[in-house]
Amino acid sequence: MFFWIIQRDLLLAVRRRSDVLTTLFFFVIVVSLFPLSVGPEMNLLRIMAPGVVWVAALLASMLSLGRLFSSDYLDGTLEQMLLSPQSLSILVLGKALAHWLVTGVPLVLMAPVLGIQYDLPADALFVLVLSLLLGTPVLSLIGAIGAALTLGLRGGGVLVSLLVLPLYIPVLIFGAGAVEANMAGISYDAHLSLLGAFLLVSLVFAPWAIASSLRVSME
Amino acid sequence: MAINWYKYASPASFYILAGKMVPFFAIVAIGLLIAGLYIGFFVAPTDFQQGEAYRIIFIHVPAAWMSMFLYVVMALWAGIGLAFNTRLSSMMATAIAPTGAMFTFLALWTGSLWGKPMWGTWWVWDARLTSELILLFLYIGFMSLQAAIDDPRRADKAGAIIALVGVINIPIIYFSVQWWNTLHQGASVSVTQAPTMASVMLTGMMIMVFASWMYAIAVILKRVRIIILERESHTAWVAELRKKGAL
Amino acid sequence: MLQGINLTCVRGDRRLFKEVNFILEAGGLMQVHGPNGSGKTSLLRMLCGLSHPAMGEITWCGTSIRVLGGEYFANLTYIGHLSGTKDDLTVLENLRISSALAGVRISERQASDALTHMGLNGREFLPAKVLSQGQRRRVALARLLVCKTKLWILDEPLAALDVMAVQLIQELLEQHLAEKGLVVMTTHQEIDVTAVSKVHLRLV
Repeated sequence: MFFWIIQRDLLLAVRRRSDVLTTLFFFVIVVSLFPLSVGPEMNLLRIMAPGVVWVAALLASMLSLGRLFSSDYLDGTLEQMLLSPQSLSILVLGKALAHWLVTGVPLVLMAPVLGIQYDLPADALFVLVLSLLLGTPVLSLIGAIGAALTLGLRGGGVLVSLLVLPLYIPVLIFGAGAVEANMAGISYDAHLSLLGAFLLVSLVFAPWAIASSLRVSME
Repeated sequence: MAINWYKYASPASFYILAGKMVPFFAIVAIGLLIAGLYIGFFVAPTDFQQGEAYRIIFIHVPAAWMSMFLYVVMALWAGIGLAFNTRLSSMMATAIAPTGAMFTFLALWTGSLWGKPMWGTWWVWDARLTSELILLFLYIGFMSLQAAIDDPRRADKAGAIIALVGVINIPIIYFSVQWWNTLHQGASVSVTQAPTMASVMLTGMMIMVFASWMYAIAVILKRVRIIILERESHTAWVAELRKKGAL
Repeated sequence: MLQGINLTCVRGDRRLFKEVNFILEAGGLMQVHGPNGSGKTSLLRMLCGLSHPAMGEITWCGTSIRVLGGEYFANLTYIGHLSGTKDDLTVLENLRISSALAGVRISERQASDALTHMGLNGREFLPAKVLSQGQRRRVALARLLVCKTKLWILDEPLAALDVMAVQLIQELLEQHLAEKGLVVMTTHQEIDVTAVSKVHLRLV
């Protein structure tokens, strides 16, 4: 069931490739806006880079949340999912994972290219990728709770950002912190372990919260 | 004396009970507030380090405490409402949110007023102030979610889920911000740090804390009464109240 | 088998219906009648367990459906207003995925047989977005053929269907009822289905 739903969502994403690309280009554009607004001073940009890339990743993954459940909600598939004899928590975990594969992974792969724009050294790029790899699934999982709660509400897109962005803060702090620590020559192990811990905690709690939110929203 | 608590779990009887309780808590709140402010501003001695500016703590500290307590209390009521499907508990949670947000805002405002003479800026990214700001975002998220949902039952349940997710996250957020703060600028002077607090200062502050509690209870009960009326407007007992001219 | 006890439905401030009682035995058909806005769809969603009654209880074989959870869903096929077809998937993929969601894995062969039965042969590999409203409905109804569930809950199954398809659905329902299945449905169209026991529920 878990794999079925991932397979289905990936198939849908392949049929609608443009959706994946818009998120990715949004990420690229936001990151590229910063040098234009603060000036091309390389030293400044290098300091800002981890934060800028992480904030942009946060926004990009948040923007794509709208699609996570809304199309299934509009065409009635979500009703069928709620009536599935399988566990709804497993099902939504599959959906969140598929969302990460479609939106999170491209961000992770794109990040080094953007890091080069900001003149990040090679090992900092490596840490950036690692931190995004651990952090972006957490964003998908927490974001899915917000997406499920705001299902079918007017102004749902803006509301989702109000609900979800404050909850993203710990991931942002440790994600960007890992890269900064590396650049400052300090060990970044603790940051990554904490990101890993966040991932485990959200893997345990988020599916339950997403499933109950969906039931509440569909009632 | 045995009190039948279940009787007050129904909105109709709680409405009447709350109506009797509101004036009591309001009067106590005003009395304590006057006493607390008098001690804080006239009796308590001037701080040898911070001068007169420190007196803002008589408002700042109770507000900051209340903002955090109220979020937990709100999540607790919301959680009870979600688990046991009790309407009144969910209404309590909805009623607490604006008061909690008000205290959070007050804590931020007074913190910034205190920061100007102390640090020379209106705002510093101090761990506590930053956490308080994030707490304000959480309150706003809860309230906007409930406001966006038309069906009150769905609003209750959706609010409960986001409040519970928030309450799990608050320690994580607080800890993260603390870590972030120490990494970036070293420990800063905290607003509440007062190594040798004169006992009269402590008395004044505790009185203000109690005043805040009483105020919060009075306002929340008043708000719950309004929410009950709004939600139960189609029921017989509200119609009866209307007929008696009690509304 | 399926029983509703004192069901009350509240939507916002409005009470749609109260104290609805019924018992439906194996092989029984229940038709829900009522004007628009009387709560027919709300009742059906309630019977599915998608929403909960403000008061009252729904039982399946004597046990509350809230207790049964997934066990109840395994016995149930619900076809609502929304057909649940994905525009970007082909007709065949739609059927296979929707039955997998219901816990039934079917081969491509079974799926295309069911689609042929529903009069969709030759359209298996078309994306669902080119289908008409009636054809989408047929795709959704094809699920009834592949998921051998006991209880069918159908919300306006005949909407947008042509005479031929209505005939087909009627046969399908009769066969299901003859095999001791249960059907709960709403419809504004007249349909004459023979069944061992028939219940007419009128909501006002």
